[in-house]
Amino acid sequence: MKEEAVIQVENLTKKFGDFTAVNAISFEVKKGEIFGFLGANGAGKTTAMKMLIGIYKPTSGNAQVASFNVYKNPNEIKKNIGYMSQKFALYDDLTVKENITFFGGIYGLSRSQIKEKTAQLIEELNLQETVNQLVGTLPLGWKQKISFSVALLHNPKIVFLDEPTSGVDPITRRQFWEMIYETANNGTTIFVTTHYMDEAEYCDRVSIMVNGNIEALDTPKKLKKQFNVVTMNDVFLKLARSPSLTLPFGKGVKND
Amino acid sequence: MGLMKRFIGFIKKEFYHIFRDKRSLFILFGMPIAQIMLFGFAVTNEINNVDIAILDHSKDVTTKEIINKISASKYFSVSNYIRNEAEIETAFKKGKIKAVLVFEKDFSKKIGKENIATIQVIADATDPNTANTISNYTSAILQKYQQEINTTIKIPYQIIPKTRMVYNPELKSVFMFVPGVMTIILMLVSAMMTSISITREKELGTMEILLVSPLKPSQVIVGKVVPYIFLSIINAVIIVLLSIFVFKMPIQGSLILLGIESILFIITSLSLGILISTISASQQTAMMISLMALMLPTILLSGFIFPITSMPVVLQVISNIIPAKWFIIILKGIMLKGVGLSFVWKETLILVIMTLFFIGLSIKKYKIRLE
Repeated sequence: MKEEAVIQVENLTKKFGDFTAVNAISFEVKKGEIFGFLGANGAGKTTAMKMLIGIYKPTSGNAQVASFNVYKNPNEIKKNIGYMSQKFALYDDLTVKENITFFGGIYGLSRSQIKEKTAQLIEELNLQETVNQLVGTLPLGWKQKISFSVALLHNPKIVFLDEPTSGVDPITRRQFWEMIYETANNGTTIFVTTHYMDEAEYCDRVSIMVNGNIEALDTPKKLKKQFNVVTMNDVFLKLARSPSLTLPFGKGVKND
Repeated sequence: MGLMKRFIGFIKKEFYHIFRDKRSLFILFGMPIAQIMLFGFAVTNEINNVDIAILDHSKDVTTKEIINKISASKYFSVSNYIRNEAEIETAFKKGKIKAVLVFEKDFSKKIGKENIATIQVIADATDPNTANTISNYTSAILQKYQQEINTTIKIPYQIIPKTRMVYNPELKSVFMFVPGVMTIILMLVSAMMTSISITREKELGTMEILLVSPLKPSQVIVGKVVPYIFLSIINAVIIVLLSIFVFKMPIQGSLILLGIESILFIITSLSLGILISTISASQQTAMMISLMALMLPTILLSGFIFPITSMPVVLQVISNIIPAKWFIIILKGIMLKGVGLSFVWKETLILVIMTLFFIGLSIKKYKIRLE
């Protein structure tokens, strides 16, 4: 494995009081990889991701993101990553164009760069008719695509997607994964959390978190072989149902 | 330079939010104007077309003329002529009239002979303010009438100061309300609107996006707050202009000092708004906290409506932690008494310390949330 690692995590831990949300996890993500970060609700995947994108400070352990240390250079990390939350957070009362201008602006893009990017997005996403509409009037699928494109405006090295397909229909989900593939092909690393197990199959490698620990990490193919099952869903169920590992709050896996 | 451009982009976006939301627009600009008008016009002691009854024991030329003057004024309308004292109470009990004017017997003759005649004003004091105003206005009309008929004769001196008092109570109440209304409005706009607008970003998830961006948290907060400083200043200017031009309230003190003190109080309120937004997760919570923990004590305990000196000792002590109390003292000092900084430096210092305390507390709360 001589490929360049863009995320390196060693024994990363996060405690909230007595509760250990993330328990000394370690992994690496390579450049251009689509890395699936799986886990049930409350398993700690969102907390782990928030440490990598600089929203939470780790309790202990170490992590390098885009070759910057999470303790020493959180600001350099922020310049080099993109982030899309499960809420597709755009401003509903701003038009598509105003959203692009605003988010481009806070990432320090120049006016001409923003103009160029806007034109490019209009072309790629067929936004000719909608670019001056308020985002609030657009269907969820559109918001999701625009939100993803906005996260990529400043050409980040890594883009973090937090359950990017929650609540959208299967066709839109399919289209969205095509966008992800294309982005990864252009060399951007994708770090994606999801609870749709069919989506896990699309990832290059997958990690599964249970109770704050990474219980499995490999390509979907090898994981299925390791657990001797046919689908990723079964891998997940086997891990989640394993007697020594009970999910906190009694929550199961949302997989529809 | 890049920073400035980012900042301008942020402010621009904030103004889009404000101007595209009818509710915030209403709170920002409708409320201040509505409130000041309400307190200025409706909640004053001014009276208009109040129904009164007349009991005229002389029925001569002079009483007729006086009655004509009174019914011609816009303040009173004579709705009832009664014949004897016994009917006075019945007239009041019917509830329509607010006062009865009783002219004594041989009114004209007495004026001619003794230069003195009496009119009794019996007012319904269930509403003491109105009763007071009615009696003052009647005196004013009589005074004017006296001047008209006695152009050659010198009017007794002791009556003249009375007429000066007459119009003051009406105007005074507006004057006393203006500092209070201004305080409430600035508090409302600065504290409530900012706390709502910050929690809205939390609710929508955009706050997370902003925190993951290269913007520092402090820049995000400053970016959100600056538009409201700007709008609050506009509001303060509107209120002062309305007071000067609509209510003819003279500002006695320095306008510059007034401006600086207002900006200080705006920043105090904004820091409270930020503090509220750090402890509330939703817009609703932010609004409830702003209303219950900020607006209510501000209205009740700041001395705006109820004088602090007549409160129970416990409440008097509590009132000291209400920033509005100090600002109202400052405003009244500058607006009504025309005092300078040397008279309000203590109150100013208290506001500065409060502001620093709120900002410090917000930063601490915010850090705890991140770690």
